[in-house]
Amino acid sequence: MAKLPVEAPELVRVFGPTLHRVPAGGWARTTEDEKLVKTHCCFCGQQCGIQLRVQDNKVVGFEPWEDFPFNRGKLCPKGVKRYMQDEHPDRLKHPIQRVEGVGFEAISWDFAMQRVVGEIQRIQSAYGKDAFAVLTGASLTNEKAYLMGKFARVALQTANIDYNGRLCMVSAGAASKKIFGMDRSANPWSDIPKAKVILAAGANIAECAPITTDYIWQARENGAKLIILDPRMTPIARNADLFIPVRPGGDIGVFNGMLHILIERGWIDRKFIEEHTTGFDQLVESVKKYTPEYSSKIAGVPPEMIVKAAELWGPAPTSFLMHARGIEHHTKGVDNCMAAINLVIATGRIGREGCGYAMITGQGNGQGGREQGQKCDQLPGSRDISNPEHRKYIAGVWGVAEGSIPQKGLSAVPLVEAIHSGKIKGLISICFNPVVSLPDANFVREALEKLEFYTCIDFFLSETARYADVVLAGSLMEEDEGTTTNVEGRVIRHRKATTPPAEAREDWKIICEIASRLGYAEMFKYPSPKEMFEELRVASKGGVSDYYGMTWERLDETNGLFWPCPELSHPGTPRLYENGKFGHPDGKAHLIPVEWRPSDEMPDDQYPVILTTGRVVSQFLSGTQTRRIGALVDQASQPFCEIHPRLAEKYGVADGDFVKVESRRGNIVVHAKVVKTIRPDTVFVPYHWPLDRSANNCTNRAIDPVSNIPEFKICAVRLTKVDQPSDAIAMLEVQAGGVR
Amino acid sequence: MSEAAFFIDYSRCIGCEACVNACAECDTHRGTSMIHLETIERRDSVQTAPQICMHCEDPICAQVCPADAIKKTPDGVVQSSLKPRCIGCSNCVLSCPFGVPKYLSSIDQMMKCDMCYDRSSVGKKPMCATVCPSGALTYTSMEEIQRTRQGIPINSWKFGKEEVKTKVYVMVPREVERVEIGLVQINATPLALPNDPYDVALMLEEM
Repeated sequence: MAKLPVEAPELVRVFGPTLHRVPAGGWARTTEDEKLVKTHCCFCGQQCGIQLRVQDNKVVGFEPWEDFPFNRGKLCPKGVKRYMQDEHPDRLKHPIQRVEGVGFEAISWDFAMQRVVGEIQRIQSAYGKDAFAVLTGASLTNEKAYLMGKFARVALQTANIDYNGRLCMVSAGAASKKIFGMDRSANPWSDIPKAKVILAAGANIAECAPITTDYIWQARENGAKLIILDPRMTPIARNADLFIPVRPGGDIGVFNGMLHILIERGWIDRKFIEEHTTGFDQLVESVKKYTPEYSSKIAGVPPEMIVKAAELWGPAPTSFLMHARGIEHHTKGVDNCMAAINLVIATGRIGREGCGYAMITGQGNGQGGREQGQKCDQLPGSRDISNPEHRKYIAGVWGVAEGSIPQKGLSAVPLVEAIHSGKIKGLISICFNPVVSLPDANFVREALEKLEFYTCIDFFLSETARYADVVLAGSLMEEDEGTTTNVEGRVIRHRKATTPPAEAREDWKIICEIASRLGYAEMFKYPSPKEMFEELRVASKGGVSDYYGMTWERLDETNGLFWPCPELSHPGTPRLYENGKFGHPDGKAHLIPVEWRPSDEMPDDQYPVILTTGRVVSQFLSGTQTRRIGALVDQASQPFCEIHPRLAEKYGVADGDFVKVESRRGNIVVHAKVVKTIRPDTVFVPYHWPLDRSANNCTNRAIDPVSNIPEFKICAVRLTKVDQPSDAIAMLEVQAGGVR
Repeated sequence: MSEAAFFIDYSRCIGCEACVNACAECDTHRGTSMIHLETIERRDSVQTAPQICMHCEDPICAQVCPADAIKKTPDGVVQSSLKPRCIGCSNCVLSCPFGVPKYLSSIDQMMKCDMCYDRSSVGKKPMCATVCPSGALTYTSMEEIQRTRQGIPINSWKFGKEEVKTKVYVMVPREVERVEIGLVQINATPLALPNDPYDVALMLEEM
């Protein structure tokens, strides 16, 4: 019965999002009786060190943590204001259940558990185990990510578990696995300032990974050249040596075009290629036709830019290539990443100081969250669920029969499609707000409404949780112990600052109790997350992402260890692929030719403009947390449509006007922001907002055939100038989806 | 190592406003930010610039204050107006060449950046320079900044005929000795329109 119990404005009135502006106890000076808890930001994959000021079991502020090596006290506005999610008036403090026509009512934990377990059993016995699905998130700690995978495979025995990293890191991960044989950024960030040329593709670093900015600027102080590929001139692109305003979906034109020139001019490392790679001849053959002119037509930029990029990249003694969602959110996301990585391998500049490659993880545990077995095709230790040896090992760790572990299930988008088509009838979710974050939001809402039972673990009533039959009040990051793995592959400790308020519970306790009531008490008997980590260590032993040599004590002592770390005496592995030793069984990097192909939906006469989506610096992902923090909402209060003056003129749109951005799937009405810093054939809308302000009403749910990432970065839209909307949704506060 | 100084490098700024938000979190600021971020001309560029108080050696804001409410500490930090003295006249707001002081009508007083005096006076960095993720705001020693940056720090300004020396430094290219800001005739037509280096359409026209 997963339908809104009452209209959205009524739910907003009761559950927010409302804005929190003043810390618990008011603005007070630091006092001597407060404690400083050294932990990490809960938001992006940079995982900056931060100290939370805690008084009387309440987080009252923060203090920079200057000794933590990655960010040395630096923070972005999200980190500065993150503590405002604590002591928040919208916080869910007890389980609630849906009441038709009323909203939600408080219920006891015992009753909530009875309902959830009863519905799981009813649905699974009526429709089969796989009819109950699990959706999880990459902002969960390693411990919780591990627990969710085990919960799905052991307690629910459903094949259908996937996570919101499917919207984030999977293209980069798949490309890395194919070429390098491993899925991790290859270098610690300390290698960035040592590089003499840096290429960043599809990465709005200034807004989505702000801490990385200083590393890049430091490289430039040391004489590095900077190349940026992006359809928009973002703040990091403003001072680049070469800014390539590539057409969305045209990146392969630049990468293959560069490789064509590198080969032509001899800027490749023949010795490295011969000793440490396979597939170079086919690669050479594949880029023969990618002349600057041919490449230029694909990339939508002048051929001189591609030549200049090759001239900067080719002869450099050291280099660092990094990319993010801009090239990954495509139906050819994996190919885009592989074409980029080919440039790294062909020049042999990998695995040594100042020579490297990184994918910039988006979510808090974007790296660790994809290693512990909560992906539909994966078991802990980045193991393959279809590999008999891997299954056998994990079955041993869990104490179950190998045959009881389900096979590969559906990834996030097909999973939601299976809900829509009626194959999946029940759902439990945690750390995922698909109504805002998945493409084609109208379809997602329709799908949720078809569920017979939906339960959700959340700390605020997110836009998706509004559809739940039962919402289980869970915990914030700072209310529990655990670990995450940052953008570099550094495993770090999150420390508990406070306990969950009132009847809210640590997420893992909720999951363990459901498992216990389903009859698996023995396998989910953890006194604390520490014991989960101990089990995770063993489960990862011998896998690609080997954590066996790590303990919480070692992580505390070292400020983090990089995997692989196979033994207790092992120092960890900050830099991968040293001495040309790659992750494939043959120890070589496998170069893979890439051919450009069009995006799933290209602009046409009816929908002539390209829509691309992304983020702003003061908001995070679907905004469940950041749309509740006053200062962050003040900074970017509502979405906007960035549009070039030439395109704006065509539609008679002036800066600040309202425009309807409309695709074949849905529309939004937002303010126009007329700027010269974007391609005239493309508009940009950030996606953090819900309802009629959700950019994902427009986006396309076509997915990459390998990674299954959706094509957020390009769909076709048309634009119309409209009056300010004044319907009930438009009249909501801006953080709830209104307009002003 | 010499004592720490404040350095601004506008070319590094990414407009994230971590500085503005962190300023509000300094113990004595009680949720009100004392600094601001200038967005230069968003239609044309993404250039932004953080504006903290430059802490002039001979602060004009204090000179023009009829109530003698603006004081400088012995170590050269120009403070917010003294509450018992400030008459809210806003002379300081109008006179500052950097546009720093703000008159807060809610408390009828001028407040401004005090370089987080409660922090910097005990050897800590100001909040904004601690958190700034781009290094646009940096609080460190002169030796360290010279060792790590290509540009050079200067603290000498000329507004029309008015020379100003500030405690805060700005990073500039090596050939620059002083920041000179000429007087501009209001409503005058510029002799030549500046070029448009950040117009993406123009970059693509070269195709």
